[in-house]
Amino acid sequence: MSDKTTQPDQLPSTGQPSSTSASPVSSGAESNPEAKVAIEIKDFDAFYGDFQAIRNINLNIPEKTVTAFIGPSGCGKSTLLKWINRMNDIVPSAHAKGSIRIGDLQILDRQTDVVDLRRRIGMVFQKPNPFPKSIFDNVAFGPRLHFRIDRNDLAELVEWSLRKAAVWDEVKDRLHKSALGLSGGQQQRLCIARAIAAGPEILLMDEPCSALDPGSTSRVEDLIYELREQYAIVMVTHNMQQATRCSDRTAFFFKGEVVEEGPTEQLFTNPKEKKTEEYVTGKFG
Amino acid sequence: MTSNSANATETPSFESFHRRNPTVSKISQTLVMTALVGCGLFSLAITIGIIVMLATQSIGFFYNEEVAVNFWQFLTDSRWTIGQTQGVPRYGILPLVSGTLRITGIAMLISLPIGLTCAIYLAEYASPRVRSILKPVLEILAGIPTVVLGFFAIKFITPWLLQPLGDFKTFNAGSAGIAVGILCLPLVTSLAEDALRSVPNSLREGAYGLGSTRLEVTLKVVVPAALSGIISAFLLALSRAIGETMVVALAAGSTPTLTGDPRVPSQTMTGFIVETFQSESIEPDSIGYYSMYAVAAVLFLFTFSITLIGQLIRMRYREVYN
Repeated sequence: MSDKTTQPDQLPSTGQPSSTSASPVSSGAESNPEAKVAIEIKDFDAFYGDFQAIRNINLNIPEKTVTAFIGPSGCGKSTLLKWINRMNDIVPSAHAKGSIRIGDLQILDRQTDVVDLRRRIGMVFQKPNPFPKSIFDNVAFGPRLHFRIDRNDLAELVEWSLRKAAVWDEVKDRLHKSALGLSGGQQQRLCIARAIAAGPEILLMDEPCSALDPGSTSRVEDLIYELREQYAIVMVTHNMQQATRCSDRTAFFFKGEVVEEGPTEQLFTNPKEKKTEEYVTGKFG
Repeated sequence: MTSNSANATETPSFESFHRRNPTVSKISQTLVMTALVGCGLFSLAITIGIIVMLATQSIGFFYNEEVAVNFWQFLTDSRWTIGQTQGVPRYGILPLVSGTLRITGIAMLISLPIGLTCAIYLAEYASPRVRSILKPVLEILAGIPTVVLGFFAIKFITPWLLQPLGDFKTFNAGSAGIAVGILCLPLVTSLAEDALRSVPNSLREGAYGLGSTRLEVTLKVVVPAALSGIISAFLLALSRAIGETMVVALAAGSTPTLTGDPRVPSQTMTGFIVETFQSESIEPDSIGYYSMYAVAAVLFLFTFSITLIGQLIRMRYREVYN
């Protein structure tokens, strides 16, 4: 247990983060401009083979904040997201220049230990992708990879993660049943619990609600909004209402560049750039 | 077609078109339906026909004028002497079963671990280039006639591989088992590879995203997710090995032995049927004639129960991804 220094602090089940009733109010007002930087992106270019998917992006992603990436398809927002935890390593033609840092860690460095990097940066995917294992084993997957942890601590960690992901009440009686029996929305919250259980500081979410029905979407959105108290969250979304509902800051991407970045409310109501205004008012996209 | 483009802007006069005759499509529908049902019934009829043949003929083994074989003796006696002329005839099928199990066991010991490892390599590790070379090689191996593998076992595996290791006879269960294992290898590899490749990539991404190494992704996520397909591959290989005839008829010898020793000759159920069928002394309605059917029925029960187990396992472990 000594190596669990980066675990979320209130590990034992202190209380349930379930507030599914109250929908989060419009968010921009609550963003804190003095928040510390969680991810610093500087002069970043990314390529697939010869194609340049991202041009010279400079962006700071603050701690304990939900940052939404919006923009039309193919604008590079998912590519940037996948570079933050080096998921693009799997893509043979992908390469990048510039710098992405979390703390002192230079992510793009060849020597960077991607195993530990991905533990520190959790990822939630577009389609819920629970492993065909029990609910418990899904959540325990990350901890078992990274920590030497005894049974009781593991069980506690699993419960804590499931509570944190607001899915505990629905699964507590069927922890050892297959995760594939859950509904899509439950599966996605399970995947969030699975990401949290590895003890990350940052959560990356790639259109986390695009495969969910409206009811499940609003539950996952509530959850994302609550999780920002503990994590820096970066969320790619195609849904502008979703960005206004649950993000503090928004970055608008267009053709591989960040056109504008700022507090969500301001970006949507009073954008500085013409292109942003055209996009958020639905003139294209 | 340029001449048409001028008219393409006007709404076509649909009323003037000649309607297709609905009776024609109804008749063709019926014909296709009949053909489909017919083909389905055909395979069903063949299966039933074979079962009926095996059942009625093997009853002759237990009820006939010459020697009615005691059913209990058939299942438990430790010797099988049909085809041998001297001594009191003994009709215990255990030595033949033992031969089949020994050779099948050795074949599985060879083909399952190697086949699964190859499949994992091909599906998860090999670059597309390497795979494009290895897959055809595997197919060539699958295409080798079993008779060639049979004398490969006698001429190569026995003298060069096994005899330096111990007192292996010229015909022995070991070399036949290894040859049958080689025979099953491409089958296990390609079916298990299919199972591994059908695991959705989203699961691999999920595992990578949690900080798994490639080995962890493979062993902790992909292989368990493909388990039902892998087990199916194993069971199919098992059926194939139990039913394999040519290799064992050539390389395993023709002496039924009830033992676990891979060094001595051993006759399998299939080997016995081939040998009896070919021997000229077999007359219709003789005990030897009926014995073939009795052995074939036992063989059928073996493969049938494996198929059944396979179905049960598939139902139990099948994962439905959405």
